[in-house]
Amino acid sequence: MAEATQTDFQPNIVAFLCNWCSYAGADLAGTSRTQYPSNVRVIRVMCSGRVNPMFVVNALQEGADGVLVSGCHPGDCHYMQGNYYARRRFKLMRNFLEYLGIEPERVRMSWVSASEGAKWKEVIEEVVEGVKAVGPMNKFQRRQLNW
Amino acid sequence: MNGKPKIGVYVCHCGTNIAGTVNVEEVRDFAASLPDVVVARNYSYMCSDPGQALITEDIKNYGLNRVVVASCSPRMHEPTFRKTLESGGLNPFYLEMANIREQCSWVHEDPIAATEKAKRLLEAAVVKARNLEALEQKEVDVEPSCLIIGGGIAGIQAALDIADAGFKVYLVEKSPTIGGHMAQLDKTFPTLDCSACILTPKMVDVANHPNIELMTYSQVEEITGYIGNFNVKVRKKARFVDMDKCTGCGDCAEACRLAGRIPNEFDEGIGMRGAIYLPFPQAVPAKYTIDKENCLFLAKGKCGETPKCQEVCQAGAINFEQQDEIVEFKVGTIIVATGYDVFDARKKPEYGYGIYDNVLTALEFERLVNASGPTGGKIVMLERGKKKKKKEEEAEAPKVPKSITFIQCVGSRDKSVGNEYCSRVCCMYTAKLAHLVKDKIPDCEVTIFYMDVRAFGKGFEEFYDRVRREGVRYIRGNPSEIFRRGDKLVVKAEDTLTATPLEHETDMVVLSVGLVPRSDNREIIDILKLSQSSDLFYLEAHPKLRPVDTASDGIFLAGVCQGPKDIPDAVAQAKGAASAAMIPMAKGKVKVEAQTSVVNEETCRGCGFCVELCPFTAIELVEVNRQGWPVKVARVNEALCKGCGACVAACLSGSIQQRSFKDNQLLPQIKVLGVK
Ligand SMILES: Cc1cc2nc3c(=O)[nH]c(=O)nc-3n(C[C@H](O)[C@H](O)[C@H](O)COP(=O)(O)OP(=O)(O)OC[C@H]3O[C@@H](n4cnc5c(N)ncnc54)[C@H](O)[C@@H]3O)c2cc1C
Repeated sequence: MAEATQTDFQPNIVAFLCNWCSYAGADLAGTSRTQYPSNVRVIRVMCSGRVNPMFVVNALQEGADGVLVSGCHPGDCHYMQGNYYARRRFKLMRNFLEYLGIEPERVRMSWVSASEGAKWKEVIEEVVEGVKAVGPMNKFQRRQLNW
Repeated sequence: MNGKPKIGVYVCHCGTNIAGTVNVEEVRDFAASLPDVVVARNYSYMCSDPGQALITEDIKNYGLNRVVVASCSPRMHEPTFRKTLESGGLNPFYLEMANIREQCSWVHEDPIAATEKAKRLLEAAVVKARNLEALEQKEVDVEPSCLIIGGGIAGIQAALDIADAGFKVYLVEKSPTIGGHMAQLDKTFPTLDCSACILTPKMVDVANHPNIELMTYSQVEEITGYIGNFNVKVRKKARFVDMDKCTGCGDCAEACRLAGRIPNEFDEGIGMRGAIYLPFPQAVPAKYTIDKENCLFLAKGKCGETPKCQEVCQAGAINFEQQDEIVEFKVGTIIVATGYDVFDARKKPEYGYGIYDNVLTALEFERLVNASGPTGGKIVMLERGKKKKKKEEEAEAPKVPKSITFIQCVGSRDKSVGNEYCSRVCCMYTAKLAHLVKDKIPDCEVTIFYMDVRAFGKGFEEFYDRVRREGVRYIRGNPSEIFRRGDKLVVKAEDTLTATPLEHETDMVVLSVGLVPRSDNREIIDILKLSQSSDLFYLEAHPKLRPVDTASDGIFLAGVCQGPKDIPDAVAQAKGAASAAMIPMAKGKVKVEAQTSVVNEETCRGCGFCVELCPFTAIELVEVNRQGWPVKVARVNEALCKGCGACVAACLSGSIQQRSFKDNQLLPQIKVLGVK
């Protein structure tokens, strides 16, 4: 019974994509009619550097089982350095989440360029598989605090 | 914006592209159920005229103040629907799109899953739209003038094109003359035109052009501002010669007590000059310069009774009191054309450059074969560092080399010196120099050690073929060492085609040094915030589609400063950069990014984190009065801000926000997408 729930589990993953590379890469996957799991929901930002590390926590709190941040490859950032900032912040946040007992499989960062539709599919499949393996996220619950 | 959001939602079928998988009616009904949505429709093609008319009609009839279109990617039709809003009388930034085609119907076959996802994406768009704000798309005027930094062939060509088009050009050159490396070359591959013959007329055109203000022996000190409105500060170094009075006669240079005693940079140190000098006879401007490091009067305070140059100058042009002068002006655009250095052959000590007199760099050899060079174009064995004989007759006639050996890829394609790239010109200039040797000394034995011969350009392979037929010997192998044996140099190598180790005796070795980024590149990087690619040349905005642009609007690149290239490529790129720079100047106005960052000065604590990380130096700390106290707060220069939002993610107090991507616009999206 427990096993069955594990395989039926469809994780809900929130993804933050930069406009210039990863969002365009995901669009290209569409143009090429590449099929991939529908578990990932995308929020478009202009640059991965806009992604506040707290957004990762927010998403997990709101019920997401996993979070993906994706930007341009190192050196390709439309704004020169945004993806480096994102990488640094993300790494710290991930370490912190791990410290809190959150499985590192839940949070992922990837580089997907505008020409990598196929890579986008791979990333999605990996993320979905990874999150499926660790099960639903229920460590954080947003509670209404009454001060 | 006025009061409560009234949102109109439009679900596009895109024929069957969306409707074939996503149940659009279900999505529409779901949209209608969301708070603040006053009208929800579905239609076959939202981007068509009737589709757009649905929106403009609804704006009128329902008083909509937000619009959500669920259709293709915003990268496709966001500009289209922004215009629709505008024509409906609504600020175009009240639009939000849900991408239910590229990122939904096209990638998920299962109609139930796709419809479910489409609803979620749409809901995320609606909650964001609720908090969208009207933005102003500002335009700034463009100063119709261009600053060009560097007066090599690239800078010269760009200057002439822009000036011919009727715009003002300020050409700033660091050295006393324009011309750059091309002026040092003898002939040019593959056509063997004489370099000076094709270059010097252009140099003269620059000097005489009414639209070009030429500043040589000058350096850019500071640039502030942004596209359309750059403020430039240039230091014109004192040359101690009155430019208006100097006639360029040269009496001073002859009279100088140090004449012929200081290595001439232009001749790569093979020729000599005095402390007052003209780098080469066709220099532009044809005005003399005193080098204050060497001039006896300026460096030591004494030059005989009176400085010789001053004594002989009929025009009274020598002025030892002259000071550096700072000039300031405004330009609309900037072209960087600062060129390159050649690889420092001392970094390959196994080749003995700097130890053996007759191991030369190819650029030194260019001067040696150059008809206007120090030997008048005679290829002779060098005796470096020897004091000049008092009387010319006492000197023995210099020896002519019987064999000359070239070594390719010195400092190129060589990870051990950190240069992985190919310099693109050395194979061909070596072939050219080998040809010139054969031309001048027909019985001279010429050998070239190479790794691969890259003869990729127009006419290159033909030229390479011709040179081989002239009896130049190509040996495939990268020499390991050069040493002296008697009065010969020995090149130790392996012929990798026959796998034979060999020792090759020769009189003279020419190192085909690669092109490297200038050692002073940082000056310009610091002033303009340019990026470098991994090879440390300046980085273009896109390697394929924006090869002359930089990440900063209004700043362009031309010539070898962007990466190794030959003269035709440098000229083509210069013409490209010139026309790119002329676009905003011809238009007279540029639109600036609207989705910029904005600071809440009431809550900003002035820590400056955002200031430091902004890649565009768009943020500065300014002092404001907060309830009687002077406090520092961040302020964004909207003309410089490119709207990346990196500052927002770093702000500890949430005081800096990016328009259209504010926390209160993204957090609701996270909320609805997070829910299981
Ligand atoms: C040995 C050798 C032989 C060659 N032979 C050929 C050939 O036969 N055919 C061919 O097509 N190509 C040849 N080349 C390549 C050719 O030299 C280059 O393609 C060409 O000179 C590039 O011009 P440029 O304007 O980009 O750079 P440069 O010629 O380097 O000009 C740059 C100019 O900018 C100035 N500058 C630099 N920094 C600043 C600053 N901060 N402020 C103001 N001014 C500054 C410099 O003083 C210089 O005048 C050869 C190269 C070498 C090394």
